[in-house]
Amino acid sequence: MRERHINAILLGGLLATALAAWGLDQPFTITLATKVAILALAGVGLNITLGLGGMISLGHAAFFGIGGYAMGILASHAQNYTPLMEAPLLIEGTNSMPVIWLVAIAASALAALVIGALSLRTTGAYFIMVTLAFGQMLYYFAISWPAYGGEDGLSIYVRNGFPGLNTLDPIQFFGLCFVLLCLVLLFVARLGRAPFGLALTAARQVPARVEAVGLSPYRLQLVAFVLSGAITGLAGALFADLNRFVSPAMFSWQTSGEIMVFVILGGVARLCGPVAGAALFILLEHWLGALSEFWHIYLGALLLIVVLFARGGLIGQIAGREAAHD
Amino acid sequence: MSTLLLIEQVLNGLQLGVMLFLMAAGLTLIFGVMGLINLAHGSLYMVGAFAAAAVAAATGSFLLALAASLAAAAAAGAVIELGVIRRLYDRDHLDQVLATFALILVFSEGTRWIFGSFPLFLEVPDYLSGPVTLFGGIQYPLYRLVIILAGLGIAAGLFLLIGRTRIGIQIRAGEADREMIAALGIDITRLYTLVFALGAALAGLAGALVGAIQSVQVGMGEPVLILAFVVIVIGGIGSVKGALVGALLVGLTDTLGRSFLPGLFGLIMEPAAATTVGSALASMAIYILMAGVLLFRPRGLFGVA
Repeated sequence: MRERHINAILLGGLLATALAAWGLDQPFTITLATKVAILALAGVGLNITLGLGGMISLGHAAFFGIGGYAMGILASHAQNYTPLMEAPLLIEGTNSMPVIWLVAIAASALAALVIGALSLRTTGAYFIMVTLAFGQMLYYFAISWPAYGGEDGLSIYVRNGFPGLNTLDPIQFFGLCFVLLCLVLLFVARLGRAPFGLALTAARQVPARVEAVGLSPYRLQLVAFVLSGAITGLAGALFADLNRFVSPAMFSWQTSGEIMVFVILGGVARLCGPVAGAALFILLEHWLGALSEFWHIYLGALLLIVVLFARGGLIGQIAGREAAHD
Repeated sequence: MSTLLLIEQVLNGLQLGVMLFLMAAGLTLIFGVMGLINLAHGSLYMVGAFAAAAVAAATGSFLLALAASLAAAAAAGAVIELGVIRRLYDRDHLDQVLATFALILVFSEGTRWIFGSFPLFLEVPDYLSGPVTLFGGIQYPLYRLVIILAGLGIAAGLFLLIGRTRIGIQIRAGEADREMIAALGIDITRLYTLVFALGAALAGLAGALVGAIQSVQVGMGEPVLILAFVVIVIGGIGSVKGALVGALLVGLTDTLGRSFLPGLFGLIMEPAAATTVGSALASMAIYILMAGVLLFRPRGLFGVA
């Protein structure tokens, strides 16, 4: 089966699940589908660094959390009618989703620029450890900074609004997240074929040649890291809106690990790998979680099997290895 | 800010440092010899702590508990090396990260399944509890002092093992050129298992020693693992000397930052704001230290350039 067909089936399946649940009046299933779409979006972000760029970032929870807190901070100020800042200029909170998304994207892109600029001075195992450490730094910062709830996190009572939609209606919020996911997928698909994406792929495979033609691998990788962080940040803002709650847990190393698991379960460097991975993860959480309180043992065992024996993830198993990026 | 307090905090920093060294030394050896990044090292720390707590509860002997932590962590290390880890040596880092992340899930949930979610407690034995008076009349907990001395002793032993013994020569040769030492007739597979079990035993011992100060609970290993990563990034991968220097730096920075930064900010700010800013900055101090090292020496202080 061609990867293109699998992608269509995956996205179509997700949409059909949500619509069927809407028709059958099962809001919980719609919420699960929304969660899949949002977590997939976070994975799509990570996949730019991991799949296209070949950089193993174990710190993407940093951007997921920053996106979440961008939403939490803006919405909590709007909710309490207190300005975010008075001098030198007045900045008020907001509960408009588009504004929150822009702030989440900008803030996580900025963080990715700083973290990426430092981390990309290293490669290989160092890069993994450094990104993991910076993620942990933000986790401890979120815990020790009391202004926005500290360890307890922040609750937002009403979901933020989007012009013309009722975001409290599960199917409408799902639609919003699904459209964003599709737009970002479209962007990433084009990015992979654009000169930038090709140069980035080359920088992963043979950095020396990229340098020989006058491109800087460091810059290519940094731009990719920033794009990736921004997308994961957007997913973080949506995730916070889904739960109407943010907490330092969004910054934890487990979150970084889980986002990576979505990408791997689905298939690294596959466009819709994160969609497949996130869907599988949520289904496993739902089914195995009902079977046993200790479902992470089974998840761990499954992950071991995928890594040791079924390389290429779900999409790799169906589409065959030759269609992957390398 | 009295001198007494300063010395006490320096000792606390040393104590954190030597414990981090026990973790980081194993990690850096495993990376240096086998080229493996092992996220599950924190789980071995946890295994050691739980084994010690269980044996101490059953027998009442602290020394037996420590022996159990060494044995259990080394055994767990050998088992995962034989079952999983050795399939990962020739894989890329991504597969190693994922497989060892999967091992964390299995270990953590497995431990929760066996011991339950409530923390266990490991008591410091009577002959090691209570304060001891040091030079200049400083009162310091005897147990923490013993930890510092034990950690430094183990560090010395490790340097002797690596620098002076036949096994050490094989380990160093394995770091330099693993095909050559295989060609010279060293059983490299057994050497790998041995190094992994040694690293695991050190982690397990650290878990047990720290477990007597803090509580023994699921998930205790990973924060320490990440600190050990910071240590390795600062010290340089594969360097045991770097691990020692990095561990002491991180231990001192973290401890001194936490105890003195809020006070320092208090000199220029209102007390409430100073506490907030100071403690937030203290929680990030070691990562800022790491960022500084990355700026000037991306391969770490003792890494090969």
